[in-house]
Amino acid sequence: MEYIIAIFIGLLYACGVYLILRRSIVKVILGVFVLSNATSLIIFLSGGIQRGGAPFIPEGAETVDPATISDPLPQALILTAIVISLGISAYILALKYRYFDVTGTHDLDQLKNTDQR
Amino acid sequence: MDNILSLLIGLIFLAGMATPLLYRIWQKNTGLYLSVIPLIIFAVLIAELLQLAPRESSLLETSMGFLPGMEFAFRIDGLSLIFGLLISGIGVLILLHASYYMAKYDHQASFYTYLMFFMGAMIGMVFSDNLLVLFIFWEITSVASFFLIGFDHHAEKSRQAALQALLITGFGGLCLFFAVIITGNITGTYVISELLEQSIHLGNHPHYYLILTLTILAAITKSAQFPFHFWLPGAMQAPTPVSAYLHSATMVNAGIFLLMRIYPIMGGTMMWKYSLMLTGGITMFLGAFFSMGQRDFKRILAFTTISALGTMTLLVGIDTPDSLKAALIFFIVHGLYKGGLFMIAGIIDKSTGTRDIYDLHGLYKKMPLTTVVTLLALISMAGLPPMLGFLGKELIYEAKMQLPDVSWLLLPLGVGANIMMVAISITVFYELFIPDRKRKPIELKYKEKELPLRFTVGPILLAVVGLFLGLSPKFLETPVDNGLFFMGNQSAELSLSLWHGFNDVLILSIFTVLSGVLVFFIRRPVTRLIGKIITWLDRLHLPTLFTQLINKYVKSAAKNTNLLQHGYHRFYLLTFFLMVIALMGIQIFRITDIHLPELTPSPIKIHVALLLLVTACAVVFAVFAKSRLSAILTMGVVGYGIAMLYLYYGAVDLAITQFLAETVLMVLFVMVIYYLPEFAILSSKKSRLRDGIISIGVGVFITLIVLKAKFLNLETPVSEFFVANAYTEAHGRNIRNVILVDFRALDTMGELTVLTLAAAGVYSLFRFQIKILKKKKTGTDEPRQDDNKKMHV
Repeated sequence: MEYIIAIFIGLLYACGVYLILRRSIVKVILGVFVLSNATSLIIFLSGGIQRGGAPFIPEGAETVDPATISDPLPQALILTAIVISLGISAYILALKYRYFDVTGTHDLDQLKNTDQR
Repeated sequence: MDNILSLLIGLIFLAGMATPLLYRIWQKNTGLYLSVIPLIIFAVLIAELLQLAPRESSLLETSMGFLPGMEFAFRIDGLSLIFGLLISGIGVLILLHASYYMAKYDHQASFYTYLMFFMGAMIGMVFSDNLLVLFIFWEITSVASFFLIGFDHHAEKSRQAALQALLITGFGGLCLFFAVIITGNITGTYVISELLEQSIHLGNHPHYYLILTLTILAAITKSAQFPFHFWLPGAMQAPTPVSAYLHSATMVNAGIFLLMRIYPIMGGTMMWKYSLMLTGGITMFLGAFFSMGQRDFKRILAFTTISALGTMTLLVGIDTPDSLKAALIFFIVHGLYKGGLFMIAGIIDKSTGTRDIYDLHGLYKKMPLTTVVTLLALISMAGLPPMLGFLGKELIYEAKMQLPDVSWLLLPLGVGANIMMVAISITVFYELFIPDRKRKPIELKYKEKELPLRFTVGPILLAVVGLFLGLSPKFLETPVDNGLFFMGNQSAELSLSLWHGFNDVLILSIFTVLSGVLVFFIRRPVTRLIGKIITWLDRLHLPTLFTQLINKYVKSAAKNTNLLQHGYHRFYLLTFFLMVIALMGIQIFRITDIHLPELTPSPIKIHVALLLLVTACAVVFAVFAKSRLSAILTMGVVGYGIAMLYLYYGAVDLAITQFLAETVLMVLFVMVIYYLPEFAILSSKKSRLRDGIISIGVGVFITLIVLKAKFLNLETPVSEFFVANAYTEAHGRNIRNVILVDFRALDTMGELTVLTLAAAGVYSLFRFQIKILKKKKTGTDEPRQDDNKKMHV
C-alpha cells in the first residue's frame, strides 16, 4: 500500500509542479493547492498507515495502547497544515483577483517588468 | 601605568567620535586641543621606553574584546615602541599643522574624526597582541584613509584616488584576513606573544606558501610596493597634512610593520627572501627614478616614499640581522624626514600658492627658517652626515654588501636609487631656495613670521630630532635591540655610531654623493629623459588600467545579475526544481547502498487503491482541463479523495477538516472565477514538453524520497509520549486535540495568526478595490467566510 500511496504522492507532485510552471496565474494557484495536499499526504504517510482506530482514549481508561490507534502526531501536524494552506490559498485567490483587476493580465511573464527599470 | 595605554587608545577613538561636538566649541582650535591625546600617549611611550629592558616585552591585558579569543591585549616591545612613538609623535605635529592648514576647509569636524580614527587604529595596530585585532585595526586604517584621501570629495580625481586606495588596500586586507585565519587554525592561537614564545615557525607547514603569499600581498598592497605602487601618488589628492601622516609614520609603513611582526613566524625562507627582495628592489629603484621626472613637490615626495618603502621591504627581505637593523633604523629616518618635508610642502603651498618646484625660486631670503629646516630634512633624505639618514644609508649599504649571491644586483639598484635620491634632494633645494636672477622674485601670501608656531613647529622639531639622533644614535640602541631580539631571537652586533671608519661602505657613500651631484648638474637632460620614459609608460598607465579593470568588473557583474535575475517567475521556479532534483538525486545515490532494517509494507486494499486511482485521474484531468470550472471541480474531487483516504486510516478529525477546507476553497474559487480570465495556453508546445519532463522528474524523485523515508524508521516516534500523557497530564481524551491545544498550543496560536492575517489580507484587498476602482465594482463577494469557518475538534 505504501508503494501505491508514494506513487500517488509523486503524481500529485508532478501535476502540481507542472501547474505552477504555467504562465497563467489561475493554473499556478491550482498548482499550489495540489502541492499543499501532496505535502500533507507525505506527513500522513510518515505516521504509518496501518489501519487503526481513531486516536481517542476510551472512557474510564487512563491511556491507550499506541499500537491500536493511528498515530496522532502527524494528524495534528496536518490539521495545522490544512488550515494554514486554506488561509494562504484564500489570500492568493484574493491577491490574484486584485492583480487581474489592476493589470488586466493573467500572464506571469508580464509581471517581470514591475521591478524598477 | 599599566593599562593606561589601552585607555588612551580608546580615548582617541572616543575623541574621534566626539569631534563633531567638540568642533562646535573649539572651532579652529580643535586640532590644537586634540593633539593633547597623542601627546600623552607619546609621553607614556617615552616612559615605557626608558623602562624597557633589552630582552623583555611587557603585555597589557584587558578583558575587553570584540569576541572571545579576540581580547584587546597590547604588547609593548622594541618594535611596537618604535612604531608607536613615531605614530603618536608625528601625530601630535600633524594635528598642530592641520589645525592651521585646514582652517579654511569645509567639514573640518569630519576631517578630525577621520584623522583621530586613523591615528587610533594605527597605534592600536602596532601594539595589538592578537592577530585578529591587528587585522581589524588594519582595516580601520584602510577605511579611514579612504575618507582622508577623498576628503575633497567634490573633485572627481580625489574620489577616484580614494576608491583606488581603498580597493587595493582592501584587497590586501582580505588577504591578511585569510592569512591570519589559516595561521590561527594551524597554530591554535591568534596571540602574537604566544606565537613568539613558542617560537613557532610555519616554514615547514604544507600551507606555508599560501599563507606567505597572502601575507606578502597584504604587506605590499598596503606599503605601495610594485606592482601596487600606483595608488600612493594618487593619494596625493589628500590634504597635505594627511599626506604627511600617511607617508611618514602610518598607513604605508603598516605593511613594513606587518612584515617585521610576522618575521619570526614565517620569515627567513627562500620564498620570503626572494619575493621581498624582488618587489622591494624594483620599487626602490623605480620610485627614486620617477621622482626626478615630477614637478609637483608633493608628487616628488610621494615617489621618494615609494622608493623608501621599497628599501625597507628589500631590507626585510635580505634577512640578515644587519639588514633588519637597517630596516628599523631606516624606518625612523624616513619617518622623521618625510613627515617634515611634507609639512614643508604644506607651508610652501600655503605661502606661495603653488607646489610646482620649477615655478618657485629664491625662497631662502624670504623664508630663512624654512630653508634651514628643509636643508636638514633633505640632507637626511640624501643620506649625508650628520643627519640620522646617513647612518640609515650606511647600514643599508652594509646589509646589501653582505650578500654575495645577490649583491651584484642589489648593490647597483641600491646605489642607483640613492644617487637619484641625492640628485633629487639637491634639485629640490636648488629650485626652491636658490634665486634665479632671470625670473622675478616670488611674492609670498604670508610672510614666514606671520605663520603661527603650530604650523611650523612640526618640520622644525622633526629636523632637530633627526639631527640629534644622527649625532648620538646611542638612544636608539635599546629599542632597536629589543625589537630585533623579538624579531628573530637573535641579536645583531649593535653599536650605532655616525662614524664607521674608512671602509667599503664609506667609499660607496662618497661615490653615491658624487654621482648624485653629477646627476644634478645634468638634471635637465635627465628629467627630460625620465619624462619621456614616463610618457612612454603611460600607455601602461596603471591607475587607468586599474580603473578600466574595475569598470569591466562592475559591468560584467551587472550582466551576470541580469542573467540570473531575469524576472521570469517560472524560470526561477524551474531553476529551483532542477536544483532540488539534482540535490535529491545526489543524496539518493549516496544512500542507495545503506541497508537498513526494512519495514514490511502493509497489504494492498483494493477499494483504497481504486479511490486513489479515481483521485489520480481527477488531478491529471485538472491539469489538462480546458475550462476553469471543470478544473476547479476536479480539484474538489482530489481534495475529497484525500479526505476519504484520511478517513479510511482512522484520522477522523483530519478528514472533517479536509472536507470543510476543500469546500470553502471551492466556494471561494467559484465566487471569484467569473472575474478571472479564461484558461489560455500561453506557453509554447516546446516549453510545455520541457515542463512536463521536469515535473515528471520531480514526481519520480519525490516518490523515491518518500519510499526511502518511509522505510527508515530510525527513532521511536514521539507520539507515544503524547498517547501516554494525553489524559493524565492534559485531561483530554481526544489525543489529537490535546496535542493541538495543549502540547503544541503555541503552534496552534501561530496557525491562528496566519489565518487571521490571511483573512485580514483578503478583506483589505477587496475593500481597497471597492474604494479605488468604483467603476469596476460589481459587488456580491464577501470572502470573509474563511475566518468564520473556525476550526475543528
